[in-house]
Amino acid sequence: MKKAPLFTKEARAISYVSGPLIFIQNVKGVSFGEIVRIILPTGEERTGQVLDISKDIAVTQVYEGTSGIDNKDTRVRFTGEPAKVKVSIDMLGRIFSGVGKPRDGGPEIIEEANLDINGMPINPSARDKPADFIQTGMSTIDGLNTLVRGQKLPIFSGAGLPANKLAAQIARQARVLGEAEKFAVIFVAMGITYKEASFFMRDFEKTGALERVVFFMNLADDPTIERIATPRCALTAAEYLAFEHDLHVLVILTDMINYCEALREISTAREEVPGRRGYPGYMYTDLASIYERAGRVKGKKGSITQIPILTMPDDDITHPVPDLTGYITEGQIVLSRDLFRRGADPPVDTLPCLSRLMNLGIGPGKTREDHRNVADQLYASYAYGRDLRKLVAIVGEEALTELDKKYLKIADEFERQFITQGDENRSIERTLEIGWELFTLLPDEELKRIKREYIQKYHPAYQKG
Amino acid sequence: MIVGEISRISGPVVLSEGMRGSRMYDVVKVGEQRLNGEIIRLDGNQAVIQVYEDTSGLQVGEKVANTGLPLSVELGPGLLSSIYDGIQRPLPLLAEKSGSFISRGLSVPGLSHEKRWEFRPRVKMGDRVTGGDVIGTVTEYHLEHRVMIPPFVSGTVRKVKSGEFTVDEPVCTLDDDTQIPMMQTWPVRKGRPYQRKMDPDTLLVTGQRVFDTLFPVTKGGTAMIPGGFGTGKTVAEQTLAKWSDTQIVVYIGCGERGNEMTDVLTEFPELVDPRTKYPLIQRTILIANTSNMPVAAREASIYTGITLAEYYRDMGYDVALMADSTSRWGEALREVSGRLEEMPGEEGYPAYLATRLAAFYERAGRVVCLGSDDRKGSVTVVGAVSPPGGDFSEPITQNTLRIAGTFWALDTSLAYRRHFPSVNWIKSYSLYLDQVQDWFTAGGFSDWKDLRARAMYLLQKEVELQEIVQLVGPDALPESEKAILEITRMIREDFLQQSAYHDIDSFCSLEKQYWMLRVILSFHERVDLAMGKGVPLAKILKLPVKTDIGRMKELTEIDQIKNLITQVDATISALEAQR
Repeated sequence: MKKAPLFTKEARAISYVSGPLIFIQNVKGVSFGEIVRIILPTGEERTGQVLDISKDIAVTQVYEGTSGIDNKDTRVRFTGEPAKVKVSIDMLGRIFSGVGKPRDGGPEIIEEANLDINGMPINPSARDKPADFIQTGMSTIDGLNTLVRGQKLPIFSGAGLPANKLAAQIARQARVLGEAEKFAVIFVAMGITYKEASFFMRDFEKTGALERVVFFMNLADDPTIERIATPRCALTAAEYLAFEHDLHVLVILTDMINYCEALREISTAREEVPGRRGYPGYMYTDLASIYERAGRVKGKKGSITQIPILTMPDDDITHPVPDLTGYITEGQIVLSRDLFRRGADPPVDTLPCLSRLMNLGIGPGKTREDHRNVADQLYASYAYGRDLRKLVAIVGEEALTELDKKYLKIADEFERQFITQGDENRSIERTLEIGWELFTLLPDEELKRIKREYIQKYHPAYQKG
Repeated sequence: MIVGEISRISGPVVLSEGMRGSRMYDVVKVGEQRLNGEIIRLDGNQAVIQVYEDTSGLQVGEKVANTGLPLSVELGPGLLSSIYDGIQRPLPLLAEKSGSFISRGLSVPGLSHEKRWEFRPRVKMGDRVTGGDVIGTVTEYHLEHRVMIPPFVSGTVRKVKSGEFTVDEPVCTLDDDTQIPMMQTWPVRKGRPYQRKMDPDTLLVTGQRVFDTLFPVTKGGTAMIPGGFGTGKTVAEQTLAKWSDTQIVVYIGCGERGNEMTDVLTEFPELVDPRTKYPLIQRTILIANTSNMPVAAREASIYTGITLAEYYRDMGYDVALMADSTSRWGEALREVSGRLEEMPGEEGYPAYLATRLAAFYERAGRVVCLGSDDRKGSVTVVGAVSPPGGDFSEPITQNTLRIAGTFWALDTSLAYRRHFPSVNWIKSYSLYLDQVQDWFTAGGFSDWKDLRARAMYLLQKEVELQEIVQLVGPDALPESEKAILEITRMIREDFLQQSAYHDIDSFCSLEKQYWMLRVILSFHERVDLAMGKGVPLAKILKLPVKTDIGRMKELTEIDQIKNLITQVDATISALEAQR
């Protein structure tokens, strides 16, 4: 997109309307991806974006939906500009619509920059390695699936599971040890209900963090197609705050499944060849263009950390949306209905959880030297204990060996003491301590994942003697 | 030069009119910003172009200029330790030009044309040379970079220079006035020629027990690593890139995470090759086309990578190529195919997916290189596959299975319990077992195949026994079978599990692997024997020597491991004596 045009092209040229798409005929000089203003006969103005152009037709998606658009009197005006969003440090504490317009009744922001919402890919060689441990105060995350600055770590939830509570708790407690740095939270609502959104608002208000939060709200009754732009606007703002204003930005995106539904809707309207479950074949690339906008950049102080939340349809982790997300993000936190029913709070199912960047954020100088070993051992022991539960269901507990009974016990205690913590904000030391307390349930020689010297140093049994 | 005009734009695909006379796969410059693109279909006056950069802002009617050249890479000294995007643009140079974010329409040469290299000639005036002959050498880090006559060129040397030159200055002149610089260019979609292929019979030593001992791959072989997300594909690929005993490693991050490439970029300069003691980055070429970079360049990145690999193969080196992940490459094919409105095959992938995959993997191999000295080189290809939902029945996994020689199936349930590498020993296989037998024998491990077979038998037996245990409980098994379950647990935990991050265990020499397996299997033999004499299993399992076996990964001296066999014998004999 080169220069702003000297004149604007306006025409009554809509020939065909289908779903969220309009087809505009016989216009010259239209750029791929440019923004179109659509003026309805009533005077209402809507925004669209060009998806496909050929000599005589420009296919345009309308963000606010096509109801009320006719193919006689509706006018279209080509702006020659890509989709942009106005950004400024004053965005903090404000609420915006899904396309970045104020919706809190306040005035328009005074823009410091007007940026293309699609951004540009970060040059991999300009990226800086994420390395700062973020203490979220949650044992299952800090201890086993450590979050580091610049990471993208989604929460895979199921309908009715308390993902929002977990996300709010993380946003409330997250801090980098030994530092008091400027941070901001960008909260991106896509197709969630007002109730869910106000839960977050209240929570931020309670902790006094509200003036550090920027809301981008596309609620359930807002136009679906706007959701395509919502995360992009929000991440453009995040990049601006992180790399121009040196803030550490935490971006919470909820709910990604609604975003993908919108993507599917457009793809279907364009009559594209569908991939799995009707989602478009390019969904991986599309999601990557959102998730990859996290990280740190060399020479810049700020960072972007993403926590996308998505609801797995029917708790199915192999559904295309969680599946593709898992392939792009650096790990995942998975909530389990089974644990939820048993009263674990948060109901984090640690076995399928993962943090790929964990090793960058832990160890001596960051957390503690035994962290990796403790995490590995907890995993191994809990996984074995869980396997035994299945066996017990068939043959009864009496059939187990003495050792296996201990493993069964450690699995139960792990869920009760380590996973469950309610509103407690645990330090990493406390988390590791609980891990060691659990190890006392097992004989020492079973602790194969832990170096001998660490057992000597940290095992409660050796500390007393 | 042919210049056309854009008539349609749909994502990364652009239609241009007035392109008659263009050839397939010609590189074109699209629009006023001169975005890089490639012709992928010709239809009358029209050419269909896939554009390697974001097409936002292009307009119908903008010019398309055909360069008349296929997509090519520059080959010469200076490739090692570089990091390129999918079309061989050095990323650090792009960062210099456009900052931390990649902007569009940049053209940067793959090799530095300013840097001077010390060229030491190997031919003299009057020598007859043909394609592939080495005319001189350059030292690239510690590697002897062999400057070769390009394929299909031959003649008599009229003049040869010595001294410092840039890559495009001629260093040799043939009698027909052909000027030969140190740099050659080569179209990426065409395999570089060689004299003939040979059977791969040398093991690619990776220092990973489950790979080397159980499911080996040869130098010049092909392997695939499929696995759902979080099963450790990338860690496996990176581990292979670190420890494989080849002189050169080409690592392609194809449609994967940006932070992963940063990881490689920061870690490899610090790590040391266990064989040469030089930093690993000095033998590595990185191609990074992350998932948010343009999709068409992702399609090209695989070919760019393998052409660089073939170039070093032609010098007579062993090269390992890691492609992470070929699924993303397949998806790029699918996306472009969808935009072309081609009839879709299985799951929307184009019908030519299998052909393209096979053509790529076939560029691997051990060959006798061009040139009169009959030197031998190899390219080993290890492709990661990311099947949706971890379901191996999807097209990319299935089509790759038909071609790849070694199949390392990663297993989600193993990953969940942090058994890494999460290679499933029941599903995985290697077709190279017979071919590497002689190599193992020559290395002094003549009973490797026998040991391997015994371990595999036990692991298979474990699956059957587990089924019984699931039904009736462990108490129903006879002692000897309980012993098998204990032994297989040792094989799994004390042998197969190997941490990529452990300071000692991340690389395990072949000799250590061999003795570790010998120790466990001889423990089994000894247990069987003792139980025959009436020693109860529970008593043997309490022996401290069993814990020592569990810790043998951390040992550095082979003799300490060998010694365990004697210890096992001694302590069990003592138990027998008590009876």
